[in-house]
Amino acid sequence: MSADALTTTAVLAGRGLRLSRRNLDAVITSLMLPVLLMLVFVYFFGGAIDTGDTRYVTYVVPGVLVLCAGFGAAGTAVSVSDDMRRGTVDRFRTLDIGGVPILAGHVAATVVRNALATALVLGVAFLIGFRPAATPGGWLAAIGLLLVYITTVSWLSAAAGLLARTPEAAGAVTFFMMFLPYPSSAFVPIDTMPDWLHGFAEHQPVTPLIESMRGLLLDRPVGDAPWIALAWCAALLAVAVAASGALFRFRTK
Amino acid sequence: MPPAIETTGLSKSYGTVRVLDALDLRVETGTVFALLGPNGAGKTTTVRILATLTAPDGGHARVAGHDVVTERRAVRRAISLTGQYAAVDETLTGAENLRTTARLSGLSRTAAARRTDELLDRFRLTDARDRQVKTYSGGMRRRLDLAAGLVRDPGTTRVVFLDEPTTGLDPRSRQELWDAVRELSAHGTTVFLTTQYLEEADRLAHRIAVLGDGRTLAEGTPAELKDRYAGHRLDLTARDPEAYLRLTARAGDGTGAPGTPDPGTLTLGVPTDGTAAHVRALLDALDPHRADIERFALHTATLDDVFLSLTHRESPAKEPARVR
Repeated sequence: MSADALTTTAVLAGRGLRLSRRNLDAVITSLMLPVLLMLVFVYFFGGAIDTGDTRYVTYVVPGVLVLCAGFGAAGTAVSVSDDMRRGTVDRFRTLDIGGVPILAGHVAATVVRNALATALVLGVAFLIGFRPAATPGGWLAAIGLLLVYITTVSWLSAAAGLLARTPEAAGAVTFFMMFLPYPSSAFVPIDTMPDWLHGFAEHQPVTPLIESMRGLLLDRPVGDAPWIALAWCAALLAVAVAASGALFRFRTK
Repeated sequence: MPPAIETTGLSKSYGTVRVLDALDLRVETGTVFALLGPNGAGKTTTVRILATLTAPDGGHARVAGHDVVTERRAVRRAISLTGQYAAVDETLTGAENLRTTARLSGLSRTAAARRTDELLDRFRLTDARDRQVKTYSGGMRRRLDLAAGLVRDPGTTRVVFLDEPTTGLDPRSRQELWDAVRELSAHGTTVFLTTQYLEEADRLAHRIAVLGDGRTLAEGTPAELKDRYAGHRLDLTARDPEAYLRLTARAGDGTGAPGTPDPGTLTLGVPTDGTAAHVRALLDALDPHRADIERFALHTATLDDVFLSLTHRESPAKEPARVR
């Protein structure tokens, strides 16, 4: 990206953040929902879930953070779709702004929003007994992986926003991103799931991500899980960027 | 001076629907040009092609001296577009909208702030600068949208496109927008607007083109169009349906002006200059045996009649192309 495109993306990200600040309902939902879900998991279900010698709250926090990324990304689809439906994208195009900075602006805004939600979830988690044993390097790596994942799902969500003709439909398309953490090791150990689900649960992108974040936060060996998670994200991001580029050209023909 | 806009043989189809069919237009620099036509006539497609948002299938178009396909960048630098759908963010304030757009057009932070103040002042929005756009009236919103299109140095924006700028506005807001357009034109900017309202074209435009089925049906100054197509209209009521058919057939090949048929009331309207000699001649030509016409009435035609006769020749009764 050229310097111009970077400035443009930054300005558009600023616009996205300002727009979400004015939409308080959405902000509260996207901040409160992950926290509430964490409380539900820890206090309602946690007692019944055996996670060995790790406290359930400590076990579940990475899963809640990933879930939170899914919620945040869904907002990207809605705002992209909204821009397409109104005259905004036409105006941007007459200002000679291409599809990539427009989408990158929305994705960047989502990443910033999500960083806030992540901080809030971590804060509440500490209050209710989350005690990670991570080294500073482990923290950095875990947060870095999470940011890569957020960027990936946001960009997929941006593509969904281009695909859907209305913001409502865009919200529906992103449902699968919010669902993906459930059939993974995010909330319960995979070996407690039925056999037929193991294959999917063990080989879907969220599981290596969760396993690496959990390992890094508890300072346990993570093996090649972070690399598998990164490979998944790189592949999905490549698909998302290519698909959204093609969809943008198609929608603005 | 070269024309601000020039198109030759411009065509565009969506699937099997031919939206523009060899459209030729020429807009002189510094003038206000109105493209008039009913829904689906191809007005928006024309604007989108001229504003480089859509590529034509055939023909050529130059805007501000640059080809809209091969010199897209240069065209974009010289134009501003305010489309049918608002391009401003409802939950941001007027000033925030302008500042963001100014930054996106490449201005520095300080230059963007300065331009924002200038534009707010020029479009009389300074009092509302820090209010969210959702609290604006329809006219204020359109003015803000128009201002946002001009964030680049207004001096370098040479052609402004307005796609149905007053559709859905109340009369007062419409008046305010008209003033804004006149002011743009007074600054030497070429304005290309589309509208469904003849009155709007009549009030604002130096020249009008009436668009129908992707082609120019008529083109000229408002006065020329009135002279050429309006004047008076002779409404002839036939004695019975057979007589009505004979009348419309003779009108079709005889008078050179096929008129406005209305089978429901067996009435055919034909243009005339309103003189006794011409009315007599028309009656003789259309009803040589003096058996088919029961009554006639002479009307002073309005521009509505021009519009109706040009664009709704097939079914004038189906949709009242009302001009507010």
